[in-house]
Amino acid sequence: MVAHLLKLKATLLRNGFRRSPWQLVGVVLGGLYGLSVVALLCAGLFYLGGTDPAFAGTVLVLAASAAVLGWALIPVLATGVDLTLDPARFTTFTVKPWELVAGLLLSGFIGVPGAVTLLLFAGQALAWRQAPAAAVLAVPCGVLAAVLCLALARLTTTAASALTASRRFRDVAGVLLIVPLVMLGPVLTLVSEGFGDAMAWLPRVAAGLGWTPLGSFAAVPADVAAGAWGTAAARFALSLAYLAAVVVLWKRALEQALETPPQGPRGGRATGGLGPFARFPATPWGAVAARCLVYWRRDPRYAVAIIMVPLLPVMMWIGSTQTGSTAILLWLGPIVAILLAFSISADVSYDSTAFALHATSGVRGVHDRLGRVVACAVFALPAVLAAAVLPPVLLGEVRLLPGVVGLSLGALAAGFGVASVASARFTYAVPQPGDSPFKNPPGAGMRMVVVQLATMSVMGLLLLPPAGLLVAQLVTGNAAFGWAGLGVGPVLGAVLLAAGLRLGGRWFDARVPELMQATVLNK
Amino acid sequence: MTMPPATPPTTPPAASPSAPAIAIRGLGKRFADKVAVNGISLDVPAGSFYGLVGPNGAGKTTALSMATGLLRPDAGQVWVHGTDVWTDPLAAKALMGVLADGVRLFDRLTGRQLVTYAGLLRGMDRDTVAARAGDLLRVLGLEDAAGKLVVDYSAGMTKKIALATALIHAPRVLVLDEPFEAVDPVSAANIREILADYVAHGGTVVVSSHVMDLVQRMCSHVAVIAGGNLLAAGTVDGVRDGRSLEDRFVELVGGRSSTEGLSWLHTS
Repeated sequence: MVAHLLKLKATLLRNGFRRSPWQLVGVVLGGLYGLSVVALLCAGLFYLGGTDPAFAGTVLVLAASAAVLGWALIPVLATGVDLTLDPARFTTFTVKPWELVAGLLLSGFIGVPGAVTLLLFAGQALAWRQAPAAAVLAVPCGVLAAVLCLALARLTTTAASALTASRRFRDVAGVLLIVPLVMLGPVLTLVSEGFGDAMAWLPRVAAGLGWTPLGSFAAVPADVAAGAWGTAAARFALSLAYLAAVVVLWKRALEQALETPPQGPRGGRATGGLGPFARFPATPWGAVAARCLVYWRRDPRYAVAIIMVPLLPVMMWIGSTQTGSTAILLWLGPIVAILLAFSISADVSYDSTAFALHATSGVRGVHDRLGRVVACAVFALPAVLAAAVLPPVLLGEVRLLPGVVGLSLGALAAGFGVASVASARFTYAVPQPGDSPFKNPPGAGMRMVVVQLATMSVMGLLLLPPAGLLVAQLVTGNAAFGWAGLGVGPVLGAVLLAAGLRLGGRWFDARVPELMQATVLNK
Repeated sequence: MTMPPATPPTTPPAASPSAPAIAIRGLGKRFADKVAVNGISLDVPAGSFYGLVGPNGAGKTTALSMATGLLRPDAGQVWVHGTDVWTDPLAAKALMGVLADGVRLFDRLTGRQLVTYAGLLRGMDRDTVAARAGDLLRVLGLEDAAGKLVVDYSAGMTKKIALATALIHAPRVLVLDEPFEAVDPVSAANIREILADYVAHGGTVVVSSHVMDLVQRMCSHVAVIAGGNLLAAGTVDGVRDGRSLEDRFVELVGGRSSTEGLSWLHTS
């Protein structure tokens, strides 16, 4: 039965390739990437084998703990466990529970993340090449730890499924996940500065983790290498107990889930009024603006752009503490402006096939374009003004204020113009409504990158005049350049916005059926 | 039974009182190497309740998409009350209410917001939209769910709210692709009553469906499509020719296979 399940998973994977060659390309690329990660880290493990065993043990326990924790948390928050073999589909077959558990668990290794984890965990043996007994023991410990990872992922996702079945939870979790992702780099630079002290307390952390489910398997070879056979035996027994406990708990949760299938999301909270629809003008463009504003609030794919706005200054500030120059913060305004304007450049793709309502209603292109710009401008305008005004004021560079504000406003308006044209012409596959904002559809890559790069470059090129004036003021110190920028930026932006709305509107009118079919194909 | 001419005329049918609600001439579409719709010509008389039936993959949705301006045809023309859908799309779309099959809705809006949105997109004024949205939600039994997000609706409720968005601007022609799919019997009866009343007061309805029995009871006219070709069209009584519509349909479309091969399924 277990072999059956493994074969089923492999067959499903193979048939997926037949349906879409791009999926094969994706898996091959993912596999190559995975292999390179394995090769790189194995080289690291080999190198680690040449260092002090105590140091190697600390590093391995910390790294393994991070990996196990990742397996426990990431599927719940972001990706969901790979449901190629969804347990719910086996309810009508008579599969013995333990066989189902073993089959589902081991099938996790057929796939890039599972395989990479298995190889790396077993590869810990390389780090113990100077202590043969530890090296031999590291292999079974690594394999069991990899099984623990998969079992933990299953346990946490099953246990959290009641929670994650709620749309609101998935929306919020999906968006909040971007915070650690974005901040990882800057925080690492901060941490690495304090790395010298870290070597004082990290070994103690590792010693503690070595007795928890996260790091216990990885700590066993270290005990053996240190000659502490008694400790090693105790720790190994404890690790096996952890693994058994996780598997048993998961089996119990699985049985419960299979016997009482989730009821599906219970009806969301009722909201009474019309919201923004009552506040915008009762015109087609007003309706589009109101609808988009609702989506900015309720659709996590849009929320990602919003949450970036407060994160940007933090990242730039951390960056500036590294270089010692705060000048980069002066560019916050234009950067936020382009970021927010760019965020409506895939609007029709984000509508997905719901765009049919616009297509059958005969909305005029210019109204559709204008509504989307107005909705974004409602919060983008204050955000950009704040991002433009605060840094020069706080840094005591008030003389730069006119140029920065001019460039920022110009960037926002010009960006809206470019985005209005781009979203009427260049659609690409984006995450579908309701999907995680980070789930890019397979095969989307190339077209998306080209369109986004082209859109961004055009925005940048069009902004050269006001940007040049700001640079001129920075170089010469002549305030006249800044005041000129305050005039040139908004005027240029307004002209480009009007032109973008007209051109985008005309292209939209001519291409409604093609846009509609593009959303159908992107499904 | 009025079979349209085989060669498409180049001039639109005059907008006379007797002009068809929808006139289709030589409509064709091919996807890669597969012909989805093979030069269909069809007249939908004004004031008729027109059923469009055919097996899965017959080209019903493709034909309706081209008739409503969602999919650009490779060949042929479509007029709605004398207005060419593909040369004057805005005017033609103003005459039509469309329920497309297999498309999403803006489902992060509440039911009331979605219906309001559809009305405002059509350029209607706020008070009319509010009044009609209230009426539609009440008649379709969605009043209690009006404040809930459409994403939390059941399949049947979703179908009904989509129908409301197609009705809000009081179109002269309704084109409904599979309007009864996943709808419970009581709601289906309500919808049928609304549509019958709409037709009785001068409106024209085109529905596609798999359910022959429903079409036979509900529709005045029917067209049978299979493999992208129009096999028969006309009044329901004319097409079924004394038999049940289902028997006539199976005879026209063919492809019935004998069940004799499953003798092992007989449990006694």
